[in-house]
Amino acid sequence: MPAGKLRLNSLAGSALSILVTLFGLLVLTFVIGRMMPADPVRAIVGEDATREVYENVYRQLGFDKPLWQQFMLYMRDVLTLNFGTSIRTGQPILQDIARVLPATIELATFAIIIGAGVGVPLGVIAAVNKDRWPDQVIRIISLLGNSMPIFWTGMIALLIFYAGLGWVGGSGRMSQFYIGMVPERTNFLLIDSVLAGQWDVFWSAINHIILPALLLGYSSAAFITRMTRSFMLDQINQEYITTARVKGLSRRQTIWRHAFGNIRVQLVTIVALAYGALLEGAVLIETVFAWPGFGQYLTSNLLIGDMNAVMTCVLIVGVIFIGLNILSDILYRVFDPRTR
Amino acid sequence: MDPILDVQNLSIRYGGAPKPAVRDVSFTLGHERLGIVGESGSGKSTVGRAIMRLLDTATITADRMQFEDVDLLAATEAQMLKIRGKRMSMILQDPKFSLNPIQRCGHQISEAYRTHMKCSKAEAKARAIEMLEQVHIRDPERVYDLYPHEVSGGMGQRVMIAMMLLTSPDLVIADEPTSALDVTVRLQVLQILDGLVRDKGIGLIMISHDLNLVRAFCDRVLIMYAGRLVETLDAKDLDNARHPYTRGLLAAQPRIGGSRAPLPVLEREASWVNPQEAV
Repeated sequence: MPAGKLRLNSLAGSALSILVTLFGLLVLTFVIGRMMPADPVRAIVGEDATREVYENVYRQLGFDKPLWQQFMLYMRDVLTLNFGTSIRTGQPILQDIARVLPATIELATFAIIIGAGVGVPLGVIAAVNKDRWPDQVIRIISLLGNSMPIFWTGMIALLIFYAGLGWVGGSGRMSQFYIGMVPERTNFLLIDSVLAGQWDVFWSAINHIILPALLLGYSSAAFITRMTRSFMLDQINQEYITTARVKGLSRRQTIWRHAFGNIRVQLVTIVALAYGALLEGAVLIETVFAWPGFGQYLTSNLLIGDMNAVMTCVLIVGVIFIGLNILSDILYRVFDPRTR
Repeated sequence: MDPILDVQNLSIRYGGAPKPAVRDVSFTLGHERLGIVGESGSGKSTVGRAIMRLLDTATITADRMQFEDVDLLAATEAQMLKIRGKRMSMILQDPKFSLNPIQRCGHQISEAYRTHMKCSKAEAKARAIEMLEQVHIRDPERVYDLYPHEVSGGMGQRVMIAMMLLTSPDLVIADEPTSALDVTVRLQVLQILDGLVRDKGIGLIMISHDLNLVRAFCDRVLIMYAGRLVETLDAKDLDNARHPYTRGLLAAQPRIGGSRAPLPVLEREASWVNPQEAV
């Protein structure tokens, strides 16, 4: 019973800390919205509007009210998922997000599967063969992945694999030919095309996602490899590894049955971080590949000062990171008995 | 009786080290308890790990290193996998570090059995619980399911002993088995180890820096200094040690009720490190 109560307390504690974090995030986006030099009223009414029209809109948006009231209104809007209308697209921002976020999630998920799938084994292999040739080769590969700018590799890869060899599709999520043919349900193109039974669209989408996903995956893999290698090196020198070898386990069994279990917690953290970075920061690759994703949406709105959209995007990035943190907290408890 | 272990002129040099860590160590081990005593860095643990062939980066040379019918110098890693944990095993110093923190104690014990014996999980578990009883754990079923951080140091070390003796090895190397434990449970753990070693007729190498402990629990004692064996004697003759290093160590021990005069300080001589050059 006391153990159950303890667990309940710790759950309540983490729920509270999530609420506090969310509140802090709201304050932050609110302050950003007020402090930016862009004038939201002017953006709506246009440069030629009369003073009367301007002040009308000014009052409609609540700018004449005290700041705390404005913040309460903002909170109410956020809680009712009313983020306003984008000046640039003229559509409700929520609708815009529902369109661009799945495109990015699709790309980032593909990329992180590649990144973790390649990075973790490579990191383990490098650690086990420390300072021998497999380690050297892997370290060079991951150094390259870390240091080549992704917009450059993106363009080179397009030049070779699309323009030169014609192995993959070019820019966008699918061939121009298919655009508008798939009924939009989830806005995840890979899912929507399967739901509609349009396999040719599905393959076109795969053909388009594979190159940007590989490039993003490579740069995540580079980071994940290096981290895995150092986590693993820490574990290999632990006494319990000697115990496992004394029992008569082979090197391979020692690594995968004993050492690997002990780096899972750390791996979860860095893979979650890498995934978060991909979700918010794939803007360079999205630009090179004309991928209509979240990063592109955020940047173009930032550049024209569409503050409603920018604030919403910042809020979403924050929520994504909070979500990933909750997820890794839960996985900690699954993977490490000491945290239960 | 044939010796379990016969080591002649063992030298060990770690990769990249300018000098060997251990030089010309020779001893044999029968069905007895042999203590290896020395200060930190004297090479006593290195000898233990070399016998288990756990030193991947070190160069091991010897005229002879024979474990029963196995030539440990020539044995391949594949052969060693069949020997380690089955015919020889090692008890490590601190259960806080030597047990895998994320696996249940029982699982780790039965893994030692399942690595070498073809048997069902249930059978391995039954054997592990039986072994936990033999190391005087009162509620073995419960302890089986505990994680290492949930047991005390003394209990953790008994889990370690259970794990290493479960396969009834012929040789057990105990590397400072009680140094990490509270003084109050030290004796208890040693007695359990001693009892099992006697019952099963296991050859024991006890590596320690504690002269009194070795005197009480071993038949013979090797004294190591700076990678060399300086003296070998029967435990009961320890007080008649000849070598000045051993005598210095013995003299530096406080005695309850003894004189309150300052204890003598060990005066080291260069000739202990290089005996042949001194002659």
